[in-house]
Amino acid sequence: MADVKTRDFIAASGAAMEDVNLRRALRQVGGGFNEARLDAIEEVSWEAWEEWREEARRIKIHTLDHLDHYLEMLYEQVTKAGGQVHFARDAEQANAIVSEIAQSRGVKIATKSKSMVSEELDLNRTLEAIGVDVYETDLGEYIIQLAEETPSHLVAPALHKTKEQVSELFHEKLGVPLTDDIEEMARVARETLRSKFLSADLGISGANFLVAETGSLVIITNEGNGRLCTSAPRIHIGITGMEKVIPSLQDLSIFLRLLPRSATGQRLTSYVSMVTGPRRSEDEDGPEEFHLVLVDNGRSRLLADPDLREALYCIRCGACLNICPVYGKIGGHAYGWVYPGPIGAIVSPTLVGLKEAKDLPHASSLCGACREVCPIKINIPRMLLHLRHRLAESPSDTENSSTLTERQAARGYTWLMSNPAALSAAGSVAKLVQKPFSSEGKIDKRVSLPLVSRWTAARDMPTLAGRSFRQIWADELESES
Amino acid sequence: MTQPAEVHTSLFVTCIVDQLYPQVGVSVVNVLRRHGVKLDFPSDQTCCGQPLFNSGYTQLARQLGKRVIDSFSLSDYVVVPSGSCAAMLKVFYRELFSGDPDYGEKAEQLAGKVFEFSEFLVKVLGIEDAGACFPATATYHSSCHLLREMEVRQEPLLLLEKVEGLELRPLPQAETCCGFGGTFSVKYPHISEGMMEDKIANVLATGADTLISCDMSCLMHIGGGMSRQGQPVRVRHIAEILEGQEETGGAGNG
Repeated sequence: MADVKTRDFIAASGAAMEDVNLRRALRQVGGGFNEARLDAIEEVSWEAWEEWREEARRIKIHTLDHLDHYLEMLYEQVTKAGGQVHFARDAEQANAIVSEIAQSRGVKIATKSKSMVSEELDLNRTLEAIGVDVYETDLGEYIIQLAEETPSHLVAPALHKTKEQVSELFHEKLGVPLTDDIEEMARVARETLRSKFLSADLGISGANFLVAETGSLVIITNEGNGRLCTSAPRIHIGITGMEKVIPSLQDLSIFLRLLPRSATGQRLTSYVSMVTGPRRSEDEDGPEEFHLVLVDNGRSRLLADPDLREALYCIRCGACLNICPVYGKIGGHAYGWVYPGPIGAIVSPTLVGLKEAKDLPHASSLCGACREVCPIKINIPRMLLHLRHRLAESPSDTENSSTLTERQAARGYTWLMSNPAALSAAGSVAKLVQKPFSSEGKIDKRVSLPLVSRWTAARDMPTLAGRSFRQIWADELESES
Repeated sequence: MTQPAEVHTSLFVTCIVDQLYPQVGVSVVNVLRRHGVKLDFPSDQTCCGQPLFNSGYTQLARQLGKRVIDSFSLSDYVVVPSGSCAAMLKVFYRELFSGDPDYGEKAEQLAGKVFEFSEFLVKVLGIEDAGACFPATATYHSSCHLLREMEVRQEPLLLLEKVEGLELRPLPQAETCCGFGGTFSVKYPHISEGMMEDKIANVLATGADTLISCDMSCLMHIGGGMSRQGQPVRVRHIAEILEGQEETGGAGNG
């Protein structure tokens, strides 16, 4: 499984905020996605958009309520089309399945189209360890593979890089001249990758959707690389999370309307590829073998959890990342694992362990913008709150990460707020205490207050008022009523 | 416009207004009374429990929630000068007490009675022109809970547009969070600060001299930042604007 760095959230987010290039990249790309998304929705009308969202949500609820049924249907259809379905309990098993296929077929070169699940498994490292050369062929993925980094966004993996950084990277790794022409950089990548497409034995793809009634794997891309990966090599392995299954082609049409518009503001991506089994006898090309690896890796835990199941409705469009003001400040890497942003703050803790990722559910101002843009209306803020609840109050040691001090503070606060007389008395004391440290209604900025010292480093803090509202009410206002 | 005497409208003043900005509470009372509202103030009210709830201390938040539900059980309306605290009473209590044999039903009842201040003026009293005068160039910050939990978008703007002397300028990226988020700004002050910087830049870009909001918590945060930077922008709760009267007096038509 991919390295987990979720414990470093505070340091990593701090470093990200200082990274000038990252801030520039985030500002440019994030804003563009949001505007394009709004334009695309306005074109079809908000009424239609709302209907599609409702319909998509209904389909997801239904499918996950009957996941066993649809997985079985998918299994039968893929098998009928001549493909093989593998179920992987966890990352280790998924990697073992792919490795076994690669080794037993003498695979030397593999090309990959974009797959977040393969990032989750750290599949490239596994394949490289058995001597397979793996080439990412999505331009963004290719860039981060060259840079030996991980994706920082669900649909734009190299979003954190400015074009200047990419040019320097190409210059250093591929020996091409520096340029600020994005088309030229794309041309270089295309040229380098072309020979890999033609010589690869194995093509690996993810899946945006799996259609149970036809046994089809659906991928949507803008670069055509997915189609080359799934058709040119003699073996195609599709690898994805088991929650990607949807019942029918009819259902697919709703998701094909929602996903591109939510992700990049496109009506449709340049390529929509549907792969059903390997090459048939009458086909001119296509792989000889088709394998579908369905990965659990913690997803059944989510499925069994009524408070978090909704996280499985996610279609990885990235709209919640693009709108999130926190993601917009710190980017994807600070989240410390494969899935960043608001949805990642739910998925990562549930897949890598809640205590391991205890900062993520708190790393949100709960502004709710993510829920508002989610094409499946996933209630992300509610699930973040729920995870916070488990971190604070869960009876289970594997979830509860609260400290004695925190619990005492929370209990003390509750007691104080349950006793208005004590609260009044505390207020009087606090007013005396603040007096030497304040002027003109503000706490002196040189005073370092416990808990909030970093807060007051950048903001003036108001003092407690001389008379609270309740005193003013009792003294003056009540009698006027 | 005066409400019948048997209608009990209660003020839930919020901790921040009670302890830090009592003048906002006074403005709320003055505006409501000017429009004929008979207002009471249950004096045993304290915190709604949101800081606990947002920190994951659901069970403790429930204890405070029960106090609030009991304190306002006799009210017909509960007016809250904050979108955030109003959302706690109206939206989150229903979830906190969902399935509770005793308080489940009571939380539902309370939810139907809770209105944010500007929402109450427009939806319950039917007022858009509060008869106020407040000479200023202003911009309006819509707080996230007011927008997305209370779904109050237009009401504050309708009221502000009718204020004499007030030039209202649109705030760029108006619906982006200012970065306060309660405990969020204490746990991750660096991220909160970055979000605040963006918000301040947008406020300054309008050229406004006054920043108005329905939530003092956002204003404490944004205003605290602007004050530290020495920016010449004052912050005001919407009630303070709607209380504004011409100095010659008697301009109110409430």
